[in-house]
Amino acid sequence: MQPLLEIRDLHTEFRTGAGVVRAVDGVSYSVDPGETVAIVGESGSGKSVSAMSILRLIPDPPGRITQGEIMFDGRDLMALDEAAMRQIRGGDIGMVFQEPMTSLNPVLTIGRQLTEGLEQHRGLDRNAAHKRAVELLNLVGIADPARRLKQYPHQLSGGMRQRIMIAIALACAPKLIIADEPTTALDVTIQAQILELMKELTRRLNVALIIITHNLGVVARYANRVNVMYAGRIVESGTAHAIYHDPRHPYTIALLRSVPRLDRPRQMRLDPVDGQPPDLTRLDEGCAFRPRCRFATDACAAARPALAPVGEAGHLAACFRSNEIAGEGEAEARRVVPAGAAA
Amino acid sequence: MSEAVTAPRPLLEVKGLRMHFPVTEGIVSRRLVGEVKAVDGVDFTVRRGETLGLVGESGCGKTTTGRCILRLEKPTAGEIIYDGVDIAGLDRKALVALRRRIQVIFQDPYSSLNPRMKVGEIIAEPMYVHGIQPDAGKRTARVRELLSVCGLNPSFADRYPHEMSGGQRQRVGIARALALEPEFIVCDEPVSALDVSIQAQVVNLLEDLRAQFGLTYLFIAHDLSVVRHLCQRVAVMYLGRIVELADSDELFDNPRHPYTKALLAAVPVPDPSIEQGRDFRPVQGEVPSPINPPSGCVFHPRCPIAVEACRRARPETREVRPGHFVACDEVR
Repeated sequence: MQPLLEIRDLHTEFRTGAGVVRAVDGVSYSVDPGETVAIVGESGSGKSVSAMSILRLIPDPPGRITQGEIMFDGRDLMALDEAAMRQIRGGDIGMVFQEPMTSLNPVLTIGRQLTEGLEQHRGLDRNAAHKRAVELLNLVGIADPARRLKQYPHQLSGGMRQRIMIAIALACAPKLIIADEPTTALDVTIQAQILELMKELTRRLNVALIIITHNLGVVARYANRVNVMYAGRIVESGTAHAIYHDPRHPYTIALLRSVPRLDRPRQMRLDPVDGQPPDLTRLDEGCAFRPRCRFATDACAAARPALAPVGEAGHLAACFRSNEIAGEGEAEARRVVPAGAAA
Repeated sequence: MSEAVTAPRPLLEVKGLRMHFPVTEGIVSRRLVGEVKAVDGVDFTVRRGETLGLVGESGCGKTTTGRCILRLEKPTAGEIIYDGVDIAGLDRKALVALRRRIQVIFQDPYSSLNPRMKVGEIIAEPMYVHGIQPDAGKRTARVRELLSVCGLNPSFADRYPHEMSGGQRQRVGIARALALEPEFIVCDEPVSALDVSIQAQVVNLLEDLRAQFGLTYLFIAHDLSVVRHLCQRVAVMYLGRIVELADSDELFDNPRHPYTKALLAAVPVPDPSIEQGRDFRPVQGEVPSPINPPSGCVFHPRCPIAVEACRRARPETREVRPGHFVACDEVR
């Protein structure tokens, strides 16, 4: 199968007073049609910047995509002019952002924000766009759509606003949706509703989804494949099963260990990742995780390891010792007890 | 929750706590048009040396409850008995003495530290305000000691908050709370603004400090996984009321209240083998407005097991097992 999206060696940097920050430093991955890919990482790991780079939504200055190739549905997005790129954004690629309050326009009605894209990208007239908007609100589970279309974002709750964002993202029947921390601002029960909705709709409409998150539980529940990012690079990539049950990068192992689990008895002390996240202006030629790594050797200071195949097919890790540390994550997997919490 | 009070006496006893905020309309003449019942009849106790978790979604009243205990709000009704004294009605002067014993750690390590003050000044300020350690040299030494207790290099005293990461700032917030040697600390979402890998560091620090200094915590959070591991007992709030309270493992392994069950089911665990096979239907609807809460049991419009009676009467809190309290008439 031809991938829907293929990113090769993407570099995005920001020029700041403190120096050049290589926010994305050589990222390559692909997304198949209809597939859900998660990008996991902490603040500053480059997960959002790498996704915004796909849409070429990097503020310039200070930011700039310096290198890379982004093939989407047979077209090279880096080669498109701005007008063609606008047709892609909100057209073939939908977007859902973290903060539904700041990403919706506060002075336009919900209806206008939904129909704008339909008129611009799909050439519908007013009536047809309105009809489609009503359909879309029904699709995302909003009752009384005709009334809602006349309302403004501040009249809706956070969960409702995120449903509107999803409706806008789906409006032009996209092939891919990029969701950047879509539920981080929401309460747990609303988060569950929104994620189930996204899963159900992307499956039913065969839309591929890139979900950017720091929540390892969300990834485990919804992702087919996972890319773990650290300091601007993908350090591990594989199926959700491989990443969680056979992690081969020390950062992935440490991250999975540090997360307290709802389905395990009280353990008093957690197992944190030691040290602080790296300062991206001061990276050397060695592995960026080295100062926090339990397995680091002298070799790790000399060069940054490249992503290389490990374990099952399609599983990649960027660590010189990924074969030696196989099994370090297995001890973790064996501690699994049945989910008593999932009543 | 009317727990059978057997010796020793709890450090904190909250009885019938209510905090209602007025809702007004009009610019020139303000008319009272309603009330937000942020906290609406809450009872619980905190034992000396324990960590009690207070969990719930935004708007459930958990933070307001914490602010009442800190007496940053004057409650509308109810008693807050701290070490034998009702502090709910204390005046300003008496509160100054109380604040030496009860401190707070805030959620956001960015907005809770003054950007114009050096870290050393931030930590020394409570000592200065309360007139302890008047000697500048001793105060500086104490600041350095507090920094190292909280896992920071004492040289950080000369830095400004913006020079530090989120996790380091939160350690400064903890050092400031410890400066007056309090007995009781209200921790209001102390790790929710931090990255996953840093959260565990701060959780461990809080646990170590509790053991080292014999502290008692009220730990307010929405992250249930952190609460399960840090707290001895946990209270679940919904729309201004406590719906369930039990020992941590008991609450998470045997949740009884339908809201607690819905809340726990909504949290995905980091294991694809469990999650991708789980048949899951999230609870429907959203939290109603606390200005006009539903009649009877406030959870009944979203509750999968609600019956007609739930619309009429507010359920009594019952002890279903020793130490396990549930405010639902439909669970046995």
